[in-house]
Amino acid sequence: MSPLDTPKGPVSGTALGEDLIAEVLSAYPPKAAKKRAKHLSVARTAEGESTPGCGVKSNIKSIPGVMTIRGCAYAGSKGVVWGPVKDMVHISHGPVGCGHYSWAQRRNYYTGTTGIDRFVTMQITSDFQERDIVFGGDKKLGQMIDEIETLFPLNKGITVQSECPIGLIGDDIEGVSRKKKKEIGKTVVPVRCEGFRGVSQSLGHHIANDSIRDWVLKDGANAEGGTAYDVNVIGDYNIGGDAWASRRLLEEMGLRVVAVWSGDCTLAEIENAPKAKLNLIHCYRSMNYICRHMEETWGVPWMEFNFFGPTQIAKSLRAIAAQFDETIQAKAEEVIAKYQPMVDAVLAKYKPRLKGKTVMLYVGGLRPRHVATAYDDLGMEIIATGYEFAHGDDYKRTGPYVKDGTLIYDDVTGYELEHFIQKLRPDLVGSGIKEKYAIQKMGVPFRQMHSWDYSGPYHGYDGFAVFARDMDMAVNSPVWGLTRAPWAAAS
Amino acid sequence: MSQLRQIAFYGKGGIGKSTTSQNTLAALVELGQKIMIVGCDPKADSTRLILNSKMQDTVLHLAAEAGSVEDLELEDVVRDGYQGIKCVESGGPEPGVGCAGRGVITAINFLEENGAYEDMDYISYDVLGDVVCGGFAMPIRENKAQEIYIVMSGEMMALYAANNIAKGILKYAHSGGVRLGGLICNERKTDKELELAEALAAKLGTKLIHFVPRDNVVQHAELRRQTVIQYAPDSKQANEYRELARKIHENSGQGVIPTPVTMEELEDMLIEFGIMKTEAEQIAELEAKEAAMA
Repeated sequence: MSPLDTPKGPVSGTALGEDLIAEVLSAYPPKAAKKRAKHLSVARTAEGESTPGCGVKSNIKSIPGVMTIRGCAYAGSKGVVWGPVKDMVHISHGPVGCGHYSWAQRRNYYTGTTGIDRFVTMQITSDFQERDIVFGGDKKLGQMIDEIETLFPLNKGITVQSECPIGLIGDDIEGVSRKKKKEIGKTVVPVRCEGFRGVSQSLGHHIANDSIRDWVLKDGANAEGGTAYDVNVIGDYNIGGDAWASRRLLEEMGLRVVAVWSGDCTLAEIENAPKAKLNLIHCYRSMNYICRHMEETWGVPWMEFNFFGPTQIAKSLRAIAAQFDETIQAKAEEVIAKYQPMVDAVLAKYKPRLKGKTVMLYVGGLRPRHVATAYDDLGMEIIATGYEFAHGDDYKRTGPYVKDGTLIYDDVTGYELEHFIQKLRPDLVGSGIKEKYAIQKMGVPFRQMHSWDYSGPYHGYDGFAVFARDMDMAVNSPVWGLTRAPWAAAS
Repeated sequence: MSQLRQIAFYGKGGIGKSTTSQNTLAALVELGQKIMIVGCDPKADSTRLILNSKMQDTVLHLAAEAGSVEDLELEDVVRDGYQGIKCVESGGPEPGVGCAGRGVITAINFLEENGAYEDMDYISYDVLGDVVCGGFAMPIRENKAQEIYIVMSGEMMALYAANNIAKGILKYAHSGGVRLGGLICNERKTDKELELAEALAAKLGTKLIHFVPRDNVVQHAELRRQTVIQYAPDSKQANEYRELARKIHENSGQGVIPTPVTMEELEDMLIEFGIMKTEAEQIAELEAKEAAMA
C-alpha cells in the first residue's frame, strides 16, 4: 500500500475483477464502453479446462483519444526487428522525426565499433524536404546509398525503413534497392513499414519478417553444412545483454548458436540461420512468421522457450535438450545444477523481501506472460497483466502463466490503467516509459519492463539475479516512506 | 483598391480551362483589373497565352534547385504577361513520381506568405483536371478562392466531372466559405448542349454564366501562343470572352453553395433529354440488333 492514499476497497477478492471492469466501463459513453468491454476480462478457469482462459478481443484499431501507447509499423520494423542488426546501415527513409525519435535503438547491446563496422545506435535518415515529397525521393535514396558506401565501407548491407510519406507519394524503393544491390554488390532491403499501416507496431514486425524472407533469405540463405547441434535464438533483441545471458546457457549445454535474431546480430547470421536444426523462439509475437517460413522452406522446426526466472529456465532447458541426444540432456541437467546454488542465494536474499507483493504488468507482445513466472519465483503475485499489441494466439498462450482472478486488459487506455492501479494499489507496476512517471507520482513503485529501466540483462540465470535485485530496489526503496500527500497533512 | 477577389477554374481535363480562363482574364484586364494567374498544374501551361511563351521558372523547380521554397524570392517566380497580368506556375514532378498535390499546396502557401497577392484585384487559380486529392482542392479550401467557375460542355464525362467538382465545393463550403460561381459551357457542338448545361446548372443550384460558342479563331490564337483578345481583338469571339469577363466581374458575391446530385440523377437527366437510353432500353436494343444479325 502506498503512503499517498488509502485504498478504497479490498486489494483482492474473487469477484473484484469483474466489478472493477464494470466500474471502469461505466465512465465511458455506451458506444465506447461496448467496444472496450471486449478488451477487458478476468482470467477464469472454465469447467473441464486446466488453465484459466484469458480471451479478449485484440489486434484491432485503438479508439482515438483514449491515449493508447501503441507504436506504428515503422517502430515495429526499424525499432524492433531490423534496428539491432548491427553490421547493416538502417536508413530512416522520410522526414527527420521518425529517425530522430527512435535514435539509439532500444538498448540492444552489441560488440564492435560504432561508426566503423557497427551502426545500431546511429541515426541515418534521408531527411525528406518538401521537394522530396513533391518530386519523389528515389534519386535521393540512390545518392544516399552511395554516400553510405563511401562513409561506411565496412557495412554489410543497407535497409530502407519507410516512413509514412514514402507510401503516400508512391516512391519505388524496391526499384532503387534492386539497382543499388547490383551496383554495390551488397544486400539492400526495402521495407514497406509505413507507419499508417496496420493498428500497431505488430504489423511492422510482420512486414520486417517478410522483408527478411524476400530480400535476404530468398537469394542469400545458406542452409548447407552445420552440425547436429545448431540452433538459432529467434526474437531475442539483447536488451541490456539478454541474448548474451541466453546464449551462454545454450552453449554450456553443448549447443551451437548459429544466429541470434536480431540482438547483436549480423547479416551473415541471418543468412546462415536456415542451416540450424532447431529454431528457439523467445519473442513469439515479433518473429513467429519467419520461423514458420524456415520450417516450410528448409524444414527447420521451431519451439518456444522462456528464460525468465529459474523455474521457466530449467523447464525450457530440459524441453530444448529433449530435442537432442542424451549428451545434451545430461549437460542440460549439469547446467541447471551448476546454477542452482546461485538461484538459491538470490532467492534467499530477495524472496523474504518480496514475498506476497502484488504486481501489475502492461507490456508489449510477450513479456506480459513470459515474466509472470519470474515474479512467481520471487514469491510475488501477478494480479493484472495485459498486452499492447498481442493477437489472439498470445492470449491463448497466456492462460498457463496466470492464476484465476488475474485482471486481463488489451491495449489498455490511459484512464483504465490508472483507474485499475488506484483500485488495486499494487506494490509494483511493470510497464513502459510513458507510464513510469505518472505511476510513480501515484505513489506506486515502478519498473520499466521494455528497456529494463537502463538495467539488465533479465534473461537467463545471470539475468534473474539482476531482475530480483531491481524489483527489490523498486518495491523496497525508502523513498516511498518519505512522501506525504499534502491533503492528508492538512486534515 | 477594391477588395481582393480570388477565383478558380476547375473542369474535366482537356475541356479548355486554361484557354477559357486566360481569354477571360485578358478581357477582364480591359476592365482595369490587376490580375494574377496561379497555374496549379505540373504541366505549367496555364499562363502560356498570357506570356506568349511557356513559363520556364515554376515555383517548385526553382525551389528544388535552390533547396527549398524558403530560399526563393517572389521576383524569381512572378512574370509579367499581356497587359501586366502577373503569372505564376506552381509546376511539379514529371508524371508518375512524387506528389503534385503537395506541390500545389507548397506553391500557394509560398505566394501567400510572401505577399504576392498584395495590390491585386484578382487572383485566378487554374487547376488541373478533376479534384483528385487534397492538394488540388487547395484553392477550394479556406481563405483561398471565394468563387469557383466550372468549365464544362455537353459531353457526358464533362457533366460528371462538373458534378464531382461541385461535391468538392460543397465539402468545403461550410468550413471555408467557398462558393460555386457558376458554369461556363465551352461548346463542343453536342446534342442539346445549351439546354443540358442550363439543366445541370439548375440541378446544382447555380446558373450558366456564359455559353462560349465554338470558334476556330481560338485555335488560331492558341497556335500563336496568344489569347483571342490579343490576336483578334475585334473578332466576335473576343467579344464573347469580354461578355464572360463582365459577367464574372459582376458576379462578385453571387456564388452559391452547390447542390450536387447522385450519378443516377445525372443519368436520369440525360435520359430525360432523350440523349441517353435507360439500361432496359439499351439492352433491348442490343438484343434486337444481335437477333437481326443471327
